[in-house]
Amino acid sequence: MSFNNLDTLYRQVIMDHYKNPRNRGSIEGDHMTVDMNNPTCGDRIQIQLQVEDGIVKEAKFDGEGCSISLSSASMMTQAIKGKPVDDALKMSEIFSGLMQGNDIEEEDIDLGDIEALQGVAKFPARIKCATLAWKAMEKGVDEEKQD
Amino acid sequence: MDVKAVRDEFPILHQEVNGHPLVYLDSSATSQKPRKVIEKIDEYYRGYNSNVHRGVHTLGTRATDEYEGAREKVRRFINASSTQEVIFTRGTTTAINTVASSYGRANFQAGDEIVITPMEHHSNIIPWQQIAKETGATLKYMPLQPDGTIRLEDAKETITANTKMVAIMQVSNVLGTINPVKEIARMAHDQEAVILVDGAQSAPHMKIDVQDMDADFFAFSAHKMCGPTGIGVLYGKKALLNDMEPVEFGGEMIDFVNLYDSTWKELPWKFEGGTPIIAGAVGLGAAIDFLNEIGLDQIQDHEHKLAQYALERMNTIEGMKIYGPQERAGLVTFNLSDVHPHDLATVLDAEGIAVRAGHHCAQPLMRWLEVSATARASFYLYNTEEEIDRLVEGLQTTKEYFGDVF
Repeated sequence: MSFNNLDTLYRQVIMDHYKNPRNRGSIEGDHMTVDMNNPTCGDRIQIQLQVEDGIVKEAKFDGEGCSISLSSASMMTQAIKGKPVDDALKMSEIFSGLMQGNDIEEEDIDLGDIEALQGVAKFPARIKCATLAWKAMEKGVDEEKQD
Repeated sequence: MDVKAVRDEFPILHQEVNGHPLVYLDSSATSQKPRKVIEKIDEYYRGYNSNVHRGVHTLGTRATDEYEGAREKVRRFINASSTQEVIFTRGTTTAINTVASSYGRANFQAGDEIVITPMEHHSNIIPWQQIAKETGATLKYMPLQPDGTIRLEDAKETITANTKMVAIMQVSNVLGTINPVKEIARMAHDQEAVILVDGAQSAPHMKIDVQDMDADFFAFSAHKMCGPTGIGVLYGKKALLNDMEPVEFGGEMIDFVNLYDSTWKELPWKFEGGTPIIAGAVGLGAAIDFLNEIGLDQIQDHEHKLAQYALERMNTIEGMKIYGPQERAGLVTFNLSDVHPHDLATVLDAEGIAVRAGHHCAQPLMRWLEVSATARASFYLYNTEEEIDRLVEGLQTTKEYFGDVF
């Protein structure tokens, strides 16, 4: 494997999100919090969501982890903010497919920066890093629905 | 020690990974297997696979002889006084759990103390947490020095008249610290406590003498010492094991089964319920032969040199943070600037270099070190200084690769 391959993993946009995370911190006012660990490696992510009338009004994250898990969290919060919850879940599904090496269908929702993580699919050991924040988001939305 | 000749015995080492010759620096997680071990297991399955201790037929007799022969090899390997003191288990984890469940349940009560250290592997923490909750005993930690060593005076202070069990690793899988287990055993015995020594990271790398160490229990795994996965050993002093109840009940371990009650076989078989790990034991026996042929002292000396060389070379890299004492076993745990260990391990992997990244099953120790994760390069008899040079080059590359980010 050459650096070209590494570059498919560590795309510039990923490193930018890692270095300058968007939506890092916590939400003031009403929100739900989901903590999730990756017990095999020690990564920890906290996602905070503010959902009103089925819309994700605010999304923030915090935690510690590698460039892939933190940049993915940053991109995820950016992508779902202002979107209907159903769209957020749809994105999560598409993202999960992306990690399994699937291509994005044309009619699918625009993922923006998130597409940069497509290269992670070639590094099976790192897929869990990329999906951690999405899993936390899904868990939060599920809990919200049950309330 | 002729490292080139040693390497020739390990088929797996002669391959390219991601376009580079493999540099395997993860032997603390699991070691590679020499041809003789692989062939011995193959020979068992091809030539005399049979259940042990029950057949009258020829294959069964041979399988039993090989299985019990492996036990004798283990006895000599750790200098136990009798094969009755050598119990085959699934690994170190099962061995420690057996002691915690059986010895702990019978001997601990509220007010008693179990003394461990913050550097323990999860498998030498959680069994004690669980039995402490069940019996009302208290879990107590020996303090560590800033370099990750234990001072004897601290050990002495922590072990009191209330202590019933001291459980400690002989070698740390993260810090490389070699703990003074013989001295700590004496302290435990002075307080009429027993001591369990977790030998998972020591038995593969140095001569073990359980009698000289005066360990009451000693546990280790075959797969970290050139043997197969799925088998390990629990050594226990005969007097203690005799008084302990088995934790697994079923075939192989019984003497006489009545409708409502049963009696157990004698040691060691009363702790080996079910068809034992025959191929595993045979493979472990071959691994012991292999290590003995080379010599544990030679292996320890070789790894010591590698560790000292690695420390010297790695310390020249700017931003390198190494954990643990200078005088150590054959491993180096570290972090490089702000590069997360996972990212670092991915870049090294692209260069064909296998290291471990994460918490190394030692979360309390990670918190003590105030890090969430670390990277670790660990060495064994087949590693070379050239491979450490490759690691150092790989780390330089990693720094360059992430250089514009941090």
